[in-house]
Amino acid sequence: MKVGVLVLVIILGSVLIYGSLEFPPWGDPASPASSHLSPYYIEKSLEDTSVPNLVTAVLADYRGYDTMFETIVIFAAGMACIFLLRSSGKEESGTRLYRHIPTGITLRIEKKSAFPEKSEAFERIDSVWVPHDLIVKTTCRLIVPFIQIFGLYVIAHGHHSPGGGFQGGVILGAALILFAISFNLRSAIRRMGERLTLMLSTLGVFIYAGTGVVCMLVGMNYLDYSALAAMLGVDPVTARSHGILVVEIGVGIAVMSVMVTLYYNLASTGKHDEGL
Amino acid sequence: MIWQIEIIILVIVIILAIGALSVKDLLGAAILFGAYSFMMCLLWAIMGAVDVAFTEASVGAGVSTVLFVAAVFRTSRRTED
Repeated sequence: MKVGVLVLVIILGSVLIYGSLEFPPWGDPASPASSHLSPYYIEKSLEDTSVPNLVTAVLADYRGYDTMFETIVIFAAGMACIFLLRSSGKEESGTRLYRHIPTGITLRIEKKSAFPEKSEAFERIDSVWVPHDLIVKTTCRLIVPFIQIFGLYVIAHGHHSPGGGFQGGVILGAALILFAISFNLRSAIRRMGERLTLMLSTLGVFIYAGTGVVCMLVGMNYLDYSALAAMLGVDPVTARSHGILVVEIGVGIAVMSVMVTLYYNLASTGKHDEGL
Repeated sequence: MIWQIEIIILVIVIILAIGALSVKDLLGAAILFGAYSFMMCLLWAIMGAVDVAFTEASVGAGVSTVLFVAAVFRTSRRTED
């Protein structure tokens, strides 16, 4: 069985490599891909959209429809994760671990009514993963705001440098995931709950699709941002640049909240209680 | 670009890919996969696709490794095959 699979993989791999021999050489200006559409993008995208970063202009403007459905794919991934994993957590065993902060003693409490939820002297700890590390917590608490600012910068500066909604959203989500890992899942959920992440992920897709609808209402094509010129009070070329920014913000919000949702559900097996 | 660096990175990518497939410890496989993603990110950067490199670094090496580790943490660490 294993040998057969190996032989099959080797045969398919050599077919793939044989097929790739027919490709034009890397960076060949005479290849079909570079000879029809690419020169137009390279020469005209700055005049058309006033966006210096060519990749952003192509991604969010020329093929904005495509990117919208990429965002919807991310959104659908988050929804699928919720449908597969999310459970209410009612069948949980009633025991919880609490740490008495002044003395450092860990208590196992079985009765549901006796949980010291409101007490300042007790903190709840996970039963499987109990880090009590001041250095890690303090470092992560110091680093998280800077990661978030970097994420916002990546979203906002996607016009001029590498980056954009996807990368910035992932970085913003990673900041919250880092917080959840260094503290615990519950304190992350308290700051950004499930309801909020779901609303944000739909809001991101809604911003993207809504921008297209606004363009249609003004009378232009779907996602033709030059329609926003009158609304924003700028010329059509600058309006395309601004439209790209609006769309990137939508993508960033959607991707960030979907990443956080995926982590919440995976790390806690859908119970949103104890996690990594 | 210096072609020796490219060759070294390509060799490391292949080694990491085989390692991620063959290692028995799933946590180790997740980490190797993250390292593989980072090497791919370097390759994209060498080829001049900086945006793709950025995406690979943030999604491939960053968040997906964390998601793999979370999944390993919630399931089993050793693979049967």
